[in-house]
Amino acid sequence: MNAYMPYVLCMILFSIGVYAILAKRNIIKIILGVVIAEYAGNLFLILVAYKAGGRSAIFSETQVILPDSMVDPLPHALVLTSIVIGLATTAFLIALAIRLYGKYGTFDITRMRELRG
Amino acid sequence: MISESIVPLFVAIPLGGAFLIALLKRIKGIPDIFGVVASAGTFIISILFLLKMEITPRIIYNIGNWGGFNEVLGKIVGIQLVIDGLTIFMLLIINFVAFIVAVYSVNYMTRYTEKWQFFCLFLLMLAGMNGVLITGDLFNLFVFVEIASLASYALVAFGTEKRELEASFKYAVMGSVASLLILMGVIFLYSYTGTLNMADMTGILAGSEQPALMYLVFGLLLTGFGLKAAMVPFHAWLPDAHPSAPAPISAMLSGVLIKALGVYAIARVFFTVFGFPHQISIILLTLGAISMGVGALVALRQWDMKRLLAYSSISQVGYIMVGLGIGTPLGILGALFHLFNHSMFKSLLFLDSGAVEYAAGTRDMKEMGGLSRKLPVTSGSTLVGAMSLAGIPPFAGFWSKLIIIIALVEASHMKLAAWAVLMSIVTIAYILKVTRFAFLGALRDRFANIKEVPLLMRISLILLALVCIFGGLLLIPEVRDTFLEPAVRVLISGMRGGV
Repeated sequence: MNAYMPYVLCMILFSIGVYAILAKRNIIKIILGVVIAEYAGNLFLILVAYKAGGRSAIFSETQVILPDSMVDPLPHALVLTSIVIGLATTAFLIALAIRLYGKYGTFDITRMRELRG
Repeated sequence: MISESIVPLFVAIPLGGAFLIALLKRIKGIPDIFGVVASAGTFIISILFLLKMEITPRIIYNIGNWGGFNEVLGKIVGIQLVIDGLTIFMLLIINFVAFIVAVYSVNYMTRYTEKWQFFCLFLLMLAGMNGVLITGDLFNLFVFVEIASLASYALVAFGTEKRELEASFKYAVMGSVASLLILMGVIFLYSYTGTLNMADMTGILAGSEQPALMYLVFGLLLTGFGLKAAMVPFHAWLPDAHPSAPAPISAMLSGVLIKALGVYAIARVFFTVFGFPHQISIILLTLGAISMGVGALVALRQWDMKRLLAYSSISQVGYIMVGLGIGTPLGILGALFHLFNHSMFKSLLFLDSGAVEYAAGTRDMKEMGGLSRKLPVTSGSTLVGAMSLAGIPPFAGFWSKLIIIIALVEASHMKLAAWAVLMSIVTIAYILKVTRFAFLGALRDRFANIKEVPLLMRISLILLALVCIFGGLLLIPEVRDTFLEPAVRVLISGMRGGV
């Protein structure tokens, strides 16, 4: 276990997501792959902000808190935006999946072959 | 009157328009009026900014007035909106095409139900694209890319038939992966530089020796934006997605979306932030040359009119990429001028294909023939767009291709220049197929009773055709100095020449 371990695990999570997108035939599993990869991205954003022993970025009137002892607050704001975007994408993909199921009666992507050439 | 405080209107007008359309959808005519007025409004504002450009070449607006922290902390905290020569160039193109497309859609979209949803999504997409252009903050750029992309996924699926849904799913999954890669690249850059502001980032990256990590960032951002720009080998979604959308949206997607989200973002990030390293030049030249060839050769064997045009877009974006990749002032001028021309003639051709579909009810060129007698305006404007695309001399497309090829020769890329000439001959071949099979020849009996398209559609076709004919006038020195040169200067001044 060293300090790089969280980053490596995060990248493995991202790879799992990308693998699911590329290799799976079921639409729902592809969507899950997108979600997993998205969460790996969000996790990475938080990891970038992390500082060992850092505290939240709030100043206090009663004690002296140096800015250097805080974790970086900006990625926390960014990750919220990123999560909301992920939510919108996922909702849209699932809505599409429902409509696709209604048209084809299957979730198998290899049986949807209207577009060729 | 034109001060920096109205910069946010580029995003606020379409966003507010989309909101009001969704709110007032029950009142007849509201979606049409708001759609046209909002896109006309942003176009007028971009003209006003163009006129102001000569006095102040770089306008900066701090959102929420957070700019004051610059003096205290020594770095920019809030989001900045920046308008410079390149931004204003792209804003004019995009808002002009959007305005034309909105006018065209008023008649065209009566074929579909729920017109308000169309205009709502259309304005959201416009807001996203304008946002991508004016933002000076890298994470903000990602957010606007996502707004425009999500609206375009939904618009591709607008017909909700088998084809549309399948194309939209493919596009949405690939688009999401692209966005993730862009986000990863942005995070890596943030963790290295400690800022998201592009101007700050440029300063930090220029002042230090860059680590090997930068190559990873190049790869992530180039793949992400390359997917949005549909460069080969990231093009698989485009020939499905662009033909499946309603014709006005095909015109928006092929005409401006791939340029705002792809080409502009690549130019902005790699030229002004990274200073155009040598490796990127090689990658852009290679991928551009491959896109040029693959797009043109595959387009030759298409029979669906819109699918042929979609492959042609891949090929033409290849020309733009090659022009940018040369990295000389002439090459960049050619690339930006070709970007302008491609927006105009490809929107025109897609709108024409929609007009044919509106009148004759088919997109398959094998079933058409002799339509020029029944559809004089449509066939005339298609001919103008086709000539511009093929690069026949007086038309605008000829000049931009000529400039790119001259720039290639000057930079002694002889093989690439020969390749570009060869591919422009293939371009003539596939675009003549459209005019030959769709509009010339004998008229079929089943088309004996078709009528020319409604007035508003004709007006928008004629306007775009006029731009295609007279676009070459942009090269007159006085016009070039106000419109093209400032954009070229922005990219040239960003170049530092490498890692």
